[in-house]
Amino acid sequence: MSVVSLDQAEAKQRAWDAAATVPDPEVPCVTVADLGILRSVDIVDGVAVAKVSPTYSGCPATQFIEFAIETALREAGFEPRIERVLSPAWTTDWITEEGKEKLREYGIVPPQKSSNSVRSLFGETTVTCPHCGASDTERISEFGSTPCKALYRCKSCTEPFDYFKCI
Amino acid sequence: MSHPATDTREALLEQLLRLGDDCLVLGHRVSEWCGHSPILEEDMAMPNMALDLIGQARSLYTYAGEIEGKGRGEDDLAYLRGDREYRNLLLAERPNGDFAHTMLRQLYYAAFMEPYWRETAKSTDVTLAGIAGKAVKELAYHIRHSGEWVIRLGDGTEESARRMADAVEELTPYTDEMFQTDAVTDALAEAGICPDPASLRSEWERTIDTIFADANLTRPTIDYPQIGGRTGFHGEEFGHLLSELQYMQRTYPGMTW
Repeated sequence: MSVVSLDQAEAKQRAWDAAATVPDPEVPCVTVADLGILRSVDIVDGVAVAKVSPTYSGCPATQFIEFAIETALREAGFEPRIERVLSPAWTTDWITEEGKEKLREYGIVPPQKSSNSVRSLFGETTVTCPHCGASDTERISEFGSTPCKALYRCKSCTEPFDYFKCI
Repeated sequence: MSHPATDTREALLEQLLRLGDDCLVLGHRVSEWCGHSPILEEDMAMPNMALDLIGQARSLYTYAGEIEGKGRGEDDLAYLRGDREYRNLLLAERPNGDFAHTMLRQLYYAAFMEPYWRETAKSTDVTLAGIAGKAVKELAYHIRHSGEWVIRLGDGTEESARRMADAVEELTPYTDEMFQTDAVTDALAEAGICPDPASLRSEWERTIDTIFADANLTRPTIDYPQIGGRTGFHGEEFGHLLSELQYMQRTYPGMTW
């Protein structure tokens, strides 16, 4: 049986706090903790082990995010190690409520839980405009400025906006 | 169908290379559209889909290198093999042709791989199950995107319908290879690592037929299946693809970014 000392628990919390503040490089309004890609931080034999799940297989930001978390841990006085965790696969359901609110304020519509059948053609997801709140919007492109976003347009206020795709 | 038995680990390595090569080669083809797409939105969509595929290839190659245990990593497997060593489907290497060809190729592949990854996500091999769990979600978007284009073009103008019908005629004979079984697929299905590809044919046909019904297209029967990629026999365009894909590593051996 292992005994977790109070110091150890405190160190773990400090390490988490340091890693959790790292912003997403492509969507800087949210942190890696808000997005749910920072899975856990543990202290193992004196090393701060951060487990990170990529959003998409080919997300170009993955390596950058891992490097940023490593740097944040090192700056907080830890010896860091990053472990990439593929299973279970990241899902937009892991984005925290706070994260979704931050996305909305930033002008990106957060993913709508379980409302989007990715197999339906000419998808009928109703996405509400983050600028004026109208629901009369249309999808311009399934693939937006980053792999995780689709591009929409509001037919009411005519402004374009990003929608964080549901996966 | 019965094939000679094969060692499970050897079979897994072979299958990881097949799947990785499909992703890399198709991803490379799709990336060729970058900067050449008919509209700006597609110029973003194409590299996005290519990134998904190349990301999947990286995970598969990294795992293949671990299984092989000879110190080869993703770059060695992606860039430093000869053409006969690549195991990709001939469908994946077909030249882009026009937009109708590219979209149909994507639909044919994605409609097969989405159920393939969905089944593989339940694999007894946890690493492969993890890779599959990500890929299946990405491929669902590829089906939706390419399916919408196939309908738009097939049910579009006289010219777009003609081009779509040409693509169907040219590419359909290459789809049989996806469902081929051999000692490798048998061993992996037996071990619960990967699904038997032949078992996915009816779902693939249903997906394609549903989309084709809206696109005014008919799925032709295949009289002469085009196969060979899984055993390293490729079309003549493949050498040209590799020369571009491998150029940097061949010119500056061992270079890294």
